[in-house]
Amino acid sequence: MNVEILNCIVNGRSVEVAIDPRESLADTLRERLGLTSVKKGCEVGECGACTVLVDGQAIDSCIYLSLWAQGKKILTVEGLQDDNGELSNIQKAFVEEAAVQCGFCTPGIIMSAVEIVGSGKSYTREELRKLISGHLCRCTGYQNILNAVERAVNEAHKFVGK
Amino acid sequence: MYDIGNIYSAKSVPDAISALQADPTALVIAGGTDVLIKIREGKYAGRNLVSIHELRQELEGVSLSSDGDVEIGPLTTFRGCTYSEVIRATVPVLGQAADTAGGPQLRAAGTLGGNLCNGITSADTASTQMALGAILRVQGPGGVREIPIDEWYQGVGKVALGPAELLVKIIIPKSHYEGWTGHYIKYAMRNAMDIATLGVSCLVKLSPDKQTVSDLRLAFGVAGPVPFRCTQAEQDMAGLSVAEAARQIGPAARKEVNPRDSWRASRAFRLQLAQELSQRAFLEAARKGGAAL
Repeated sequence: MNVEILNCIVNGRSVEVAIDPRESLADTLRERLGLTSVKKGCEVGECGACTVLVDGQAIDSCIYLSLWAQGKKILTVEGLQDDNGELSNIQKAFVEEAAVQCGFCTPGIIMSAVEIVGSGKSYTREELRKLISGHLCRCTGYQNILNAVERAVNEAHKFVGK
Repeated sequence: MYDIGNIYSAKSVPDAISALQADPTALVIAGGTDVLIKIREGKYAGRNLVSIHELRQELEGVSLSSDGDVEIGPLTTFRGCTYSEVIRATVPVLGQAADTAGGPQLRAAGTLGGNLCNGITSADTASTQMALGAILRVQGPGGVREIPIDEWYQGVGKVALGPAELLVKIIIPKSHYEGWTGHYIKYAMRNAMDIATLGVSCLVKLSPDKQTVSDLRLAFGVAGPVPFRCTQAEQDMAGLSVAEAARQIGPAARKEVNPRDSWRASRAFRLQLAQELSQRAFLEAARKGGAAL
């Protein structure tokens, strides 16, 4: 088996890890770095459960080869809490809006929400629907998820406005 | 873990070409949103890959040449296409088409070049590039050549790329977009994360008074084995008033398309879609061009 050394920044920390060049970023994050917020659902880029940010953009880590992450910045849900373990505003919005049922799709959607909120723009509900359309929730709790994303976006604007 | 034979990360376009010459069985992988899925489902299991994913310096981005041609690097993602200022200013219909593929995460990874090179009929950006008459620049062991998109598709999943050739640029000449407006409609069972049941792209050039169709382009995906243009319908619509063209374009398109029955939809339904959606796409394209409708 070939081994390659992957150097990248995961959740703000420099990481050096040996990888098999055939593995997906989802494999590396879960199996080698223990970041189990990255869920493997469909493993063909349809369900969005494995969504992480690579250089600020939400991608499906199941269809992204780890060797492509060389030198890039990766963000997962584990990187959202602050130093005291306090949840981020986006995570709190999901709690407040009861946007979690079984929870399997939640980390992925939160990562898309991180990108959406981070854009600094405001969106209509229809636009938000489209922005989270790459996620499937088999509990079908979409309304509360949408409410949570909308709340997170609105709160970010409130914060900026202060 | 993917069932990949071995994977070579190309350092440059010439390096990728040499790697493909050294291993003619190897597949090119760019965004990965198609190749990895086919590996997962077994179709490409065990294949060797040459990755051009990291050649973004050479192959990603949209720019305008000095003569006003739009030059699209094939590693430009769907998302990169939709949000490109150049695309918005010159061929917004292509950005609109790119915005219908898959979902947001897929659009951040899948590439315009891959959408053409895998040769599939349902590729959301292909019909619009057909309508725009894109020129495809490929580079291989024998040097660089340019292929008009009309000659690109050779059959299901087969394109005009020779051995060890790579698509290196998609060019939309200024004369193909200047004065044209267009609209793409994707019909699918879901609004996201779905493959088109049928896709139609209509481009129109109106007379100065906006009453008459000076010229028209009509291209389809999933209405035949490969994306194609309805050249007869295009000729027949030229010179008609906008209102008359709107009446005739649907039936004219229906005569030229040749969709098949599949588990997604029947031939009969696709014929109906081709008729109905070509009219809708035409009307929207004409509206964007300033026709009072």
